[in-house]
Amino acid sequence: MSMPLTMPVEAAPDLAWPAKRLAEVNEALSHYPNKRSAVLPVLWVAQREWGWVSPAALKLVARTVDLPEPEVFGIATFYTMFNLKPVGRHHLQVCMTLSCSIMGSDRLFKHLEAKLGIGHGETTADGRFTLRRVECLAACGGGPCMQVNFDYHENLDEAKVDALLEKLK
Amino acid sequence: MSTPRGPLLFADIDTPNLVSIDTYRRGGGYQVPGDVLGKKQPDEVIEIVKASGLRGRGGAGFPTGMKWGFVPKQSPKPKYLVCNADESEPGTFKDRELMEKNPHLLIEGMLLSAYAFGAHTGYIYLRGEFEYIQRILDRAIDEARAAGFLGDDVLKTGFGFQLYTHLGAGAYICGEETALLSSLEGYRGQPRLKPPFPAVEGLYSCPTVVNNTETLMNVPHILKHGAQWFRQWGTEKSPGTKILSVSGPVKRPGNYEVSMGLPLSKLLNEQCGGMRDGMKVKAVIPGGSSVPLLPASMLDTGLDFESMVAAGTLLGSGGVIVIDDQTCIVDALWNITRFYEHESCGKCTPCREGTYWMSEVFERLEAGHGREKDIDLLYDVSDNILGKSFCALGDAAAMPVMGAIKHFREEFEHHVTHKRCLVNRRRGAFEEATA
Repeated sequence: MSMPLTMPVEAAPDLAWPAKRLAEVNEALSHYPNKRSAVLPVLWVAQREWGWVSPAALKLVARTVDLPEPEVFGIATFYTMFNLKPVGRHHLQVCMTLSCSIMGSDRLFKHLEAKLGIGHGETTADGRFTLRRVECLAACGGGPCMQVNFDYHENLDEAKVDALLEKLK
Repeated sequence: MSTPRGPLLFADIDTPNLVSIDTYRRGGGYQVPGDVLGKKQPDEVIEIVKASGLRGRGGAGFPTGMKWGFVPKQSPKPKYLVCNADESEPGTFKDRELMEKNPHLLIEGMLLSAYAFGAHTGYIYLRGEFEYIQRILDRAIDEARAAGFLGDDVLKTGFGFQLYTHLGAGAYICGEETALLSSLEGYRGQPRLKPPFPAVEGLYSCPTVVNNTETLMNVPHILKHGAQWFRQWGTEKSPGTKILSVSGPVKRPGNYEVSMGLPLSKLLNEQCGGMRDGMKVKAVIPGGSSVPLLPASMLDTGLDFESMVAAGTLLGSGGVIVIDDQTCIVDALWNITRFYEHESCGKCTPCREGTYWMSEVFERLEAGHGREKDIDLLYDVSDNILGKSFCALGDAAAMPVMGAIKHFREEFEHHVTHKRCLVNRRRGAFEEATA
């Protein structure tokens, strides 16, 4: 896990939703009988806008759904998909669970580590790639698989991964 | 039309552009609501689904009509229908294909199910990784609303049903229904005590039904053709079809829809084309990583709820994981145990601590430092999680390990006596087998 274990205490600057995102936030809020239920959708809007959930974004989300900041921090850290620190443009998430492991994800992950010179949870110096081991992605029949951001790539091997990385600028 | 891949849910799954409401309706979609809403009593709908014998396809196999029947008829509180589309059970990837290709069948199934017990709001809870499926479903929901199948007055019958998608954010535990509801309410996704069951006190403490995606997709077919028609497939106690997700080194992995009761060996040898060349099957996990494995000698077991229980395992979610003879069973179970250790929500001690200690013992065995008593210790720790944890996640971590020790004890012992695996530890079957 690459999540911080304690909540950042330094005063975060005030952020506001850009107009387009404000519409998404209001749409999300309209789906539930209370604001609290919108905490995950609104955290997603923040991550879509800024690429990660910064302390300032956390503060904004808390204000938007009317919850204390530590509560939103506790929720954001419970789930694995919110980036509480910046990630690269291409977030390589390699499935390591059994089906993919039998089909070679361990070797694939080592290959990526060697090729990119980074380990689990790390980002290349140019900000292009972040590499992570993840648990089952529901693509077991296409193992080994990985998600790059939200895109699925299945039946991978070293050559396919190399060709893919070339395309991800 | 493309060749049908299965008798029911997969009959038209590969129709080009089935995601569009026009294509879906040309194939007969959305006819049932017009014949049911305002024309059949909700109780009649529940009775038909009860008579069909439809059982939950998410893992537990609970009778769907009975679950709906638990919802109080007279309730001052609103009622909710929640589709469990979290699909996080390792080995399972059926709902992903169903929703990706046929989103309107889910919407139609939810509309009819909501009518049966009087829910006016529905949510589809998707695992966080399914963002692209959320986009497909949201588009389909917009189309259905524009065509009058969703909204305050569906088909001008006076019945209202609003439907929304909700994206999780990466937590296996949210597939457990009460954890899912906590997550949907905006809390950490941790399970709640049952009873009260969701049918009485679920989402926002209101009566709620949580059904799996595949279960809900069977509903329009059952209401269209009747309970007896549905029973032409499957067994007396497990009627209908089941979609099995097959993974591992078989020639043709993927999703297969079969009549329940089909022997597992037939699925693997005929539909999946058998093992990749030069490989033999050692064991198969038939229902997702939470269930005990079956050794190769037991592959004639039928793919239905009862036969799997009789064989000491479960049909579960239908995630069929094939383990080949060169994969180390101890290593495979360590992989599964690490998964549960990672995904334990931390709420209860047996699961949180137990999965950690199991993982430690596995690491010791695999590193060649295993002690003679470690195998019994592993069994003992599992036994102290089983039935003693807050929710089924603990059981899911314990059962596969206990099953593996039962069937492959000599492979565990080999790690202790020889300080190495019984087989050549070779992860990465694709290295040799892709040719």
